[in-house]
Amino acid sequence: MTEKEEILVIKDLHVRVDDKEILKGVSLTVRRGEIHALMGRNGSGKSTLSYTLMGHPRYKVTAGQIWYKGSDLTALAADERSRSGIYLAFQYPVAIPGVSVSNFLRAAVKSRRGTDVPVKEFRKELRNRMSSLNIKDDFLSRYINDGFSGGEKKRLEILQMELLAPDLAVLDETDSGLDIDALKTVASGINSMTGPDVAILLITHYQRLLNYITPDYVHVMQDGQIVMSGGSELAHQLEARGYDWVAPAPVV
Amino acid sequence: MAAEVTKPFDLRAVGDDYKYGFHDKEDYSFKSGKGLTAEIVNKLSAMKNEPEWMLKFRLRALDIFLKKPMPTWGNTELLNDIDFQNIHYFVRATDRQERDWNEVPEGIKRTFDRLGIPEAERKFLAGVTAQYESEVVYHSIREDLEKQGVIFLDMDTALKEHEDIIREHFGTIIPPADNKFAALNSAVWSGGSFVWVPAGVRVEIPLQAYFRINTENMGQFERTLIIAEPGSYVHYIEGCTAPVYSSDSLHSAVVELIAKPGAHIRYTTIQNWSKNVYNLVTKRAVAHEDARVEWVDGNLGSKLTMKYPSIFLVGPRAHGEVLSIAFAGSSQHQDAGAKMVHVAPDTTSIIVSKSISKDGGRASYRGLIKVYPQATGVKSSVRCDALLLDEKSRSDTYPTMEIDESKVTIEHEATVSKVGEEQLFYLMSRGLTQAEAITMIVNGFLEPFTKELPLEYAVELNRLIALEMEGSVG
Repeated sequence: MTEKEEILVIKDLHVRVDDKEILKGVSLTVRRGEIHALMGRNGSGKSTLSYTLMGHPRYKVTAGQIWYKGSDLTALAADERSRSGIYLAFQYPVAIPGVSVSNFLRAAVKSRRGTDVPVKEFRKELRNRMSSLNIKDDFLSRYINDGFSGGEKKRLEILQMELLAPDLAVLDETDSGLDIDALKTVASGINSMTGPDVAILLITHYQRLLNYITPDYVHVMQDGQIVMSGGSELAHQLEARGYDWVAPAPVV
Repeated sequence: MAAEVTKPFDLRAVGDDYKYGFHDKEDYSFKSGKGLTAEIVNKLSAMKNEPEWMLKFRLRALDIFLKKPMPTWGNTELLNDIDFQNIHYFVRATDRQERDWNEVPEGIKRTFDRLGIPEAERKFLAGVTAQYESEVVYHSIREDLEKQGVIFLDMDTALKEHEDIIREHFGTIIPPADNKFAALNSAVWSGGSFVWVPAGVRVEIPLQAYFRINTENMGQFERTLIIAEPGSYVHYIEGCTAPVYSSDSLHSAVVELIAKPGAHIRYTTIQNWSKNVYNLVTKRAVAHEDARVEWVDGNLGSKLTMKYPSIFLVGPRAHGEVLSIAFAGSSQHQDAGAKMVHVAPDTTSIIVSKSISKDGGRASYRGLIKVYPQATGVKSSVRCDALLLDEKSRSDTYPTMEIDESKVTIEHEATVSKVGEEQLFYLMSRGLTQAEAITMIVNGFLEPFTKELPLEYAVELNRLIALEMEGSVG
């Protein structure tokens, strides 16, 4: 078996947010076709890693490197990262009043594909994907995340991911706040994304999403570092034993 | 799904070739000298062959204008910069009226072409008066309007053909003594529209007029009067753009609306004057019993805009709404707002005002809610939202309440916000550039206004906003 391209290589990454160091030396390599699960307690730095990968301006890389498709990622702004195939499904997507979902999706797709998609074709694609995610038609004329339920927000994140067809998808706590039906829908959306060229980084606090999606690797984060890595069985061990098994909770 | 992907995001696509800085070679049959005198007013009225009473009205207004001091509020610094001696008070683009588009002079057509007007014309084909310079050059009236008995004319023609109706209503809502600029307009008005809708008639297609200034140092003083007889409905739309000139230009319109019992008037404006124009407009409506008046007012461009559409709710259960946006860019001051005067019981009003300031621009909301004694059961709500795009821009709110009756419900809410970092990051994480993301957020902020516009205007407004956003970041 030939080794797939290392799409993401993180080396000894240190990140500060507002003068507080959150990531303290993270290293991680992800190849195309792989699914990695990143687990850990709240506050361990998982979301910080996801924001850093997407290029949030408030998250400053103070040391270490991020290589994406062989180039230094840190030089790119968030929009350039998106257009080059990185996607972040947000844990808490923001509302943007007055901007309809359909206008937004069309603009996003145009940015990613570099060309305008004919309206008719786009609507057809949209309808198909929406129905498999159990999203109603009236969704399109609503404003982005404005008054959305938790489940609706997460479905919109998945819908965007499918439309933008990323090479590297980072999903930040996509399972949180979902009931079991929504969880299954979202999980099947994620599964439909997988393939030999797509890399997925699943960030999750709980193991339950991993009942539906089988990761190739599981990593455990603690106090800004990855402290343990293993195969999918690691998630089950964590479920059975708790995070204390990996490391004691930091003293607050 | 009617409101679906409505020309969703060609905002940026339009940008590059949209330049309003062009202008045609001047070719005018008459141009008054600079400065304002009784002689000019006499000459102007004589050229128009006006009845004696109109000349007297003008001369009396001139007298008031010359005596009245400048307003001592608003942006007095800019106001006092106006040099009334350095303005042409009357310019006539062509000597005759044009009824057929084919007869409109080429140079004028070209200007309209570049503004995209023919498209709107084709789509709506309601009666259109297109004002080029101080006078109407193109005026077509659709047959079914005529069949309905609706009168839609430029004001000069209307004065000839319907003198009685004009004489009865002209200047009754905004008398010349109302303010200095209303007096100025009353003295030298030229062009504008006259609309009269018979009782019970609904005009289903919006009536549109296009205005455009084109002579350096030229004043433009349209006079519009709309009368909706009992139970009728009309929507009137005006939209403006102006080319860029080096020295200041004054625009001072007067618009009077009369909504008789049970009538409904909507008046939509989008103004995009070039950034050297003073736009000092008096707009006022009277709403009688069960009538409804809505001002939908968009102010972009200009150096200084002072405009406060007002509604006098004089009959029981009359309803008034002002929905306005103001966009203030570099060295611009938009001083806009609304006035609601509740004279009769059970009258209701809504004011929604949205402003955007960037590059040091200043947007002010200036509003008045007045409730007279015995006007019980009045309900009024005011909402002002300001969006600041950078640190050096400014937003002010000057709300005034004069409530002389206790059995009323008045709500006032004001917010000031900035484009959120998280919203920006979210959109950029989907591939939108920073400028595209800001444009999208701003257009979203304006959506409550935009959605009230006919589609063509909504698209045009979004384009204008996108243009304004260009180069605003980086």
